[in-house]
Amino acid sequence: MRPLVLAVVQLHDRTRNTCVNQNGFCPKWISDHIGDYLSPLWRHVELVVLSVAIGFALAFGLALLARRWQWLGAPISAVSGVLYTIPSLAAFFLLLPLTGFGLVTAVIVLVSYTLLILFRNITVGLQNVPGEVLDAARGMGLTSRELLWRVELPLAMPEIIAGLRIATTTTVGLAALAFFAGAGGLGEKINADITFKSNVVVAGLLCVLLAAVLDLMLVGLQRLAMPWRRAARA
Amino acid sequence: MTDQTPPTPAPTSPPAGQAATLEFQHVSKQYPGAATRAIEDLSFEVGAGQICVLVGPSGCGKTTAMRLVNRMIELSGGDILLDGASIRDHDPAGLRREIGYAIQQIGLFPHRTVAQNIATVPRLLGWPKARISARVDELIELIGLDPAQTRDRFPGQLSGGQRQRIGVARALAGDPLLMLMDEPFGAIDPINRERLQNEFLRLQAELRKTIVFVTHDIDEAIKMGDRIAVLRPGGVLAQYATPAELLMAPADEFVEDFVGADRALKRLALTHVRDVDLWTPALARSGDATAEVRARLAGSDVPVALLVDADGRPQAWLEEHDLRGPVVGEVSGRHSLVTVERDDILRDALSDLLARGVYYGAVVDRRGTSCGALSIEVISDYLVEHGAETEHPPPERIT
Repeated sequence: MRPLVLAVVQLHDRTRNTCVNQNGFCPKWISDHIGDYLSPLWRHVELVVLSVAIGFALAFGLALLARRWQWLGAPISAVSGVLYTIPSLAAFFLLLPLTGFGLVTAVIVLVSYTLLILFRNITVGLQNVPGEVLDAARGMGLTSRELLWRVELPLAMPEIIAGLRIATTTTVGLAALAFFAGAGGLGEKINADITFKSNVVVAGLLCVLLAAVLDLMLVGLQRLAMPWRRAARA
Repeated sequence: MTDQTPPTPAPTSPPAGQAATLEFQHVSKQYPGAATRAIEDLSFEVGAGQICVLVGPSGCGKTTAMRLVNRMIELSGGDILLDGASIRDHDPAGLRREIGYAIQQIGLFPHRTVAQNIATVPRLLGWPKARISARVDELIELIGLDPAQTRDRFPGQLSGGQRQRIGVARALAGDPLLMLMDEPFGAIDPINRERLQNEFLRLQAELRKTIVFVTHDIDEAIKMGDRIAVLRPGGVLAQYATPAELLMAPADEFVEDFVGADRALKRLALTHVRDVDLWTPALARSGDATAEVRARLAGSDVPVALLVDADGRPQAWLEEHDLRGPVVGEVSGRHSLVTVERDDILRDALSDLLARGVYYGAVVDRRGTSCGALSIEVISDYLVEHGAETEHPPPERIT
């Protein structure tokens, strides 16, 4: 009878005394197999970017609703707070019967985790626009829409981008569990041989690197979007 | 605009220097849920090109009254007419673009450069780029700053006084028919406030805008206003008058109290040295016979003679011992000589006399030639003659 393999696949012949066979950290093996990680990495990027983008669009829409109707703020915060507390594993398995294995299930869960952070930060950013700036803008005849796009959103940028940075970094980490929903990513690679140090280190480092690169891009965007902040400090 | 008034200008592009008339007609405002009204039956008219100051203690509704004009707050009753047409006939955003708006906290856009801030209303009005750019430079110069240096800076890089000036420039940018200014100099230190007020009056002499100016400071009201509307708590008009009328004839106890016990002194701020009956001093030149000078002294208001040079410029007061010799000799300039100009503000002249501890000052014209003498007695005569009650000041008010 063959044993039923559940999660960890024994890939190596452990009888021979090599680095790989001892599940060690093997630079040679890594340089030979790094190509195998590219496809899971792209899938990971896809998961993160898609989730944060959709999450941002939803949170932005909700924040605009809460700007128009103040009383909506509290319930939206509460609901996104509840979503945030559901353990991701539980969420994946709860959704499986509805949306099946694959990208969609993973993205739905990841999006729900970004909502709280993004909604709160966009709302706080809009609320922090100084009252006298709004008063002067209205007094000069800006319509509500002009006020939003020309004054409120530019001034809310620091908080909005701060929210995007937290949401992106968090999602890079959470997306490592997306393979439970059958969505692949670097997590699948880690899980494929969780006892092999070389594998875990490469996949793990790629996650960290991805988070760092995305964060740097957002910092760059922040500097581009807010020249007045640098000028005022200079 | 409606067709009630025949020659009204097109609302979108008023010619440069155009100013509107403003009329409050039985205006009232009650906030939803409030027991009492914020504004009660307020009526007054402001002529084109005049500064109307709304003044009163806090809670008197002066800011509310101002904000009703550009519909930042909506009327509950009555009407406000701009050049004869009701503000209700304009949509709020369009109306506000025709009305300059400057507030105490300024509210410059921190993320926009000075040029972009000033260009706000012209951009909303859809002016061509070249015209906006020229207008921005013109305004920066008008407020006494250098366009090349200031244009591309952000508000965070400017001093408080500069920001305040930019705020005023921004309010003027669309060449509005009317300006609303809510304590525009309120957050500035006293020295800079005085400078900004003077600058603004100099600007206004050129621009001749119709202005509604809100302040809680009666001194500022007297200085800035062509007309002053004193409001009492509850938004009731206590008096609407020129500054001089307000000081000379307060309508009731409330106004009298608000204007302050020192209103006689305040009137001095509205009066120039040339407005009072100056004394004629006996003039003496170096080399004049002392007997002759003594003869002139006998018919003079001032008990000492004034030594002047060949051009008639005051040099010194001649005291008894200077007239002992046969002729008037050279007298080196004495510290006791205070000269004031005919065009000086009477209050400043009095302050000079008191500060130097002298009773008389020589008054000169613009060329520096003697044209009279000012004394503390002259000033007090002027105040008595013009109806100020100086005898019984309420003891508790020393401001």
